[in-house]
Amino acid sequence: MILEKNISLKKIWQILEQITDPEIPVISIIDLGIVRDVHVDENNVEVFITPTYSGCPAMDMISMNIRMALLQNGFTNVKITQQLSPAWTTDWMTEEGKEKLKVYGIAPPVGKSIDQKYLEELKVECPQCHSKNTKLLSQFGSTACKALYQCQDCKEPFDYFKCH
Amino acid sequence: MSENHINISTNQPFNYCLHLADNSLIMGHRLSEWTGHGPMLEQDIAISNIALDLIGQSRNFYQYAAQLKGEGTTEDSLAYLREANEFKNILLVELPNGDWAKTILKLFFFSTYQYYLYQKLINSSDKQLSAIAEKSLKEVTYHLRWSSEWVIRLGDGTEESNKRIKNALDELWAYTGEMFLPSTYETEYAENNIGVDVSSIKIDWDKKVNEIFEEATLPSPNGEGLGVRSFGKEGNHTQHLQAILKDMQYLQRAYPGCEW
Repeated sequence: MILEKNISLKKIWQILEQITDPEIPVISIIDLGIVRDVHVDENNVEVFITPTYSGCPAMDMISMNIRMALLQNGFTNVKITQQLSPAWTTDWMTEEGKEKLKVYGIAPPVGKSIDQKYLEELKVECPQCHSKNTKLLSQFGSTACKALYQCQDCKEPFDYFKCH
Repeated sequence: MSENHINISTNQPFNYCLHLADNSLIMGHRLSEWTGHGPMLEQDIAISNIALDLIGQSRNFYQYAAQLKGEGTTEDSLAYLREANEFKNILLVELPNGDWAKTILKLFFFSTYQYYLYQKLINSSDKQLSAIAEKSLKEVTYHLRWSSEWVIRLGDGTEESNKRIKNALDELWAYTGEMFLPSTYETEYAENNIGVDVSSIKIDWDKKVNEIFEEATLPSPNGEGLGVRSFGKEGNHTQHLQAILKDMQYLQRAYPGCEW
């Protein structure tokens, strides 16, 4: 029984790895670090997720995608629980996830969000030409989690995933 | 008899939670009125993002309030099916947006307030309130930074922008006092270590406002603003809230239970 449960758990994590962020389709919800825990009890599966931003409209979509993906793999009793604490921070994003963001053209979060320093000016690297000669155009970008920057060298504007 | 008229004393911070939710929802709704009308694209996006954060925060508080209340209460029934006198938001957030200067100054006062409030609410003995505060504080820090920069830009900008933000100050200052005058439920939950003693954050709030005003070359507004009694928190609102609710609740009132 225990062995079976472990196989299920492993399989569920593998399924979750296939689910991407609807706004940034190159990174998975595991890369993003929003899946906190998975509980399996007989046929019941409970997935704990933490929202990135309070008003993130992608959360409902992500919950639905988790439910659908698990259903397609035979897990019929799925419960998705939103867990607010400890609050999600960009520190939970995997290194692999940050690399994928960069390749996609979004500058990954710089530094740690542990203290208030994340509000100080940071040197954000241009994901196109890797210059650090960039400037903040707007603290708020195309989605709540991003800010808008421009590279002073290649002149390309780009999204920066804010450190939170 | 609505909930508003029954004075139930309980350890469940239902009223307190509603107050926090209503503040965020009404402020968020007001800011959302700028969507598509901002002075430039980046600022339109910024203010819409802030609105989204605030409405998201209010959802977290409403969901918790609904859970405390039980009896089929949902976040939607709390937001869409209560009357104006059952709302517990401060009057400041329901005031019309006015021009950009007034919107900015209102948001600056409110973000400074939330910034210090949530820092203390993190220590609440109520785990869920603490978790929501922790989550929200990260967002509010950005709101505070953004609105501070705008206050400085307008105050220390052109003659016109300086005049406009001074006008905004004249109109809004009297409403800031309510933030620090505790309602009956705030006093009750502050004593239980669930809520925050709002009078205790006034010093920090004043300090921050003065610091930004100085940089913005605006006169220090100290010593006033205590004229307004604690009205909105106890359900006594201006006519402006009625107008917001008429818009916001229209769909659920006309087509109960409608979803899309």
